[in-house]
Amino acid sequence: MTQSIIDVQALHKTYPSSNKAVLENVSLTIKRGEIVAFLGKSGCGKTTLLNMIGGFEPASSGDILLDGERVTKPSQKSIMLMQSYGLLPWRTVYHNVLFALENSTLSKAEKHTRVLKGLALVGLSDRLNAMPSELSGGMQQRVAIARALAIEPEIILMDEPFAALDTFTRYFLQDEITKINKEQHMTILLVTHDIDEAIYLADRVIILAPNPGRIYKEVTIQLPRERDRASRDFQHYRELIFNEFHLSHEPPAIEYNI
Amino acid sequence: MKNKWISAFIGFAAVIIIWQLVIIIGDYPEALLPGPAAVFAKWWSLVVNGTLFEHISISLYRFTLGYVSAALLAIILGLFLGRLPKVWAIIDPVVQVIRPVSPIAWSPFIVLWFGIGNMPAIVIIFIAAFFPVLLATVAAVNRIEPTYLKVAANFELSQKDLMWKIILPAAFPAIGSGLHMAIGSAWIFLVAGEMIGAQSGLGYLIVDARNALDLDTVLAAIVTIGVIGLALDHLLRFVEAGVKRMWTGKMM
Repeated sequence: MTQSIIDVQALHKTYPSSNKAVLENVSLTIKRGEIVAFLGKSGCGKTTLLNMIGGFEPASSGDILLDGERVTKPSQKSIMLMQSYGLLPWRTVYHNVLFALENSTLSKAEKHTRVLKGLALVGLSDRLNAMPSELSGGMQQRVAIARALAIEPEIILMDEPFAALDTFTRYFLQDEITKINKEQHMTILLVTHDIDEAIYLADRVIILAPNPGRIYKEVTIQLPRERDRASRDFQHYRELIFNEFHLSHEPPAIEYNI
Repeated sequence: MKNKWISAFIGFAAVIIIWQLVIIIGDYPEALLPGPAAVFAKWWSLVVNGTLFEHISISLYRFTLGYVSAALLAIILGLFLGRLPKVWAIIDPVVQVIRPVSPIAWSPFIVLWFGIGNMPAIVIIFIAAFFPVLLATVAAVNRIEPTYLKVAANFELSQKDLMWKIILPAAFPAIGSGLHMAIGSAWIFLVAGEMIGAQSGLGYLIVDARNALDLDTVLAAIVTIGVIGLALDHLLRFVEAGVKRMWTGKMM
């Protein structure tokens, strides 16, 4: 039985500027090595939830436990991949990845090996001296992935990481993510509004509903890891989730009675 | 690049030709407006007897001291004040009141407090350079992309590393434009600074020549000041590029 790595307990989030809850009573458990996708329309609080799991935003009430410890601030245990990549434009590719290791206790040689290994994993071994601005969006995101992998975090958090990329690059990187999950046994949490992406990547899809943000439904994807986007099973899950979204519409207000 | 040089050459040639034409057509006496040839001859004699270099080197010494100390102090202060918006909110109004005052206006106090010699010019250059760099640095730090700060927090950077590895490099391009503004205005105030209580330097050269009604020398000094000002701005670009190269980590 795999143990849980993240425990979210009765989480509430309200911003001081408004009295409407962004998240209300969110509880969930994530197992080590799992890929979980948070799916929902904009405004359902999925990004806020991810930020809170990463320690970037405080909870109004409730707890988030990572390895049994309360999350109070960002840490190297869970690295966030952002839609804007978050590379440092004044550093080369190599030094962007090295950035992750600069305050670790590893020896210089070990750091060097890890950086090269990370870049090899994303297929960028030949672009060590390139500046981020010389790379395409997909390549920049791969550098960000290599940087995240370099410090061997327990969890990778992804906030719509491929939203700005074209379809083929996105497919390629999605395969990369499943590969990394398989080889490194990393837990991956993914926020997306792309239903196909969620089904393709995730072991579990958690659908969030807005006003206030809450867990609406959980769908476990029981497909083998090498998934075929065109298969009948894949279509089955698509349909299932599509239906959920229709149901998650609020019923239209009754305008008049006969 | 080549075109740029040709355009510059045409520009200067035009100025010299018009200058000479004005003298020929207007028939002005040498004492009112010296011609290009006379000015160049004077300039050359100042070069040959070495006085020009003496003045240039003392001016550059004062300028370097004033400008570099102002830039360093303003950048360091600006980096911290940019991170402390509440403190900056208190200081900013005061800075906005002091900044528009010409550094020359302080000259009575400067002479009282610092005496004569090198110090007045250095202090005036310092004042002229300090505020543009400070304001540019604070603004640059305020405008740093939040993503970088998020990344820094995620990788658990210490405050020192945050400043050195994220904030300074991220703000540097904008600080650079402040440095350029400052080098221009500080060089303008060098001459004014050396007109107060200095016995050497390019500014003094002009005052001294004016008193002797030696207009050839005045113009020769003016041209020299202009050329050095341009050279300093280009030199600053090299320094900037060098600093930027420092944190790319290239050459592996």
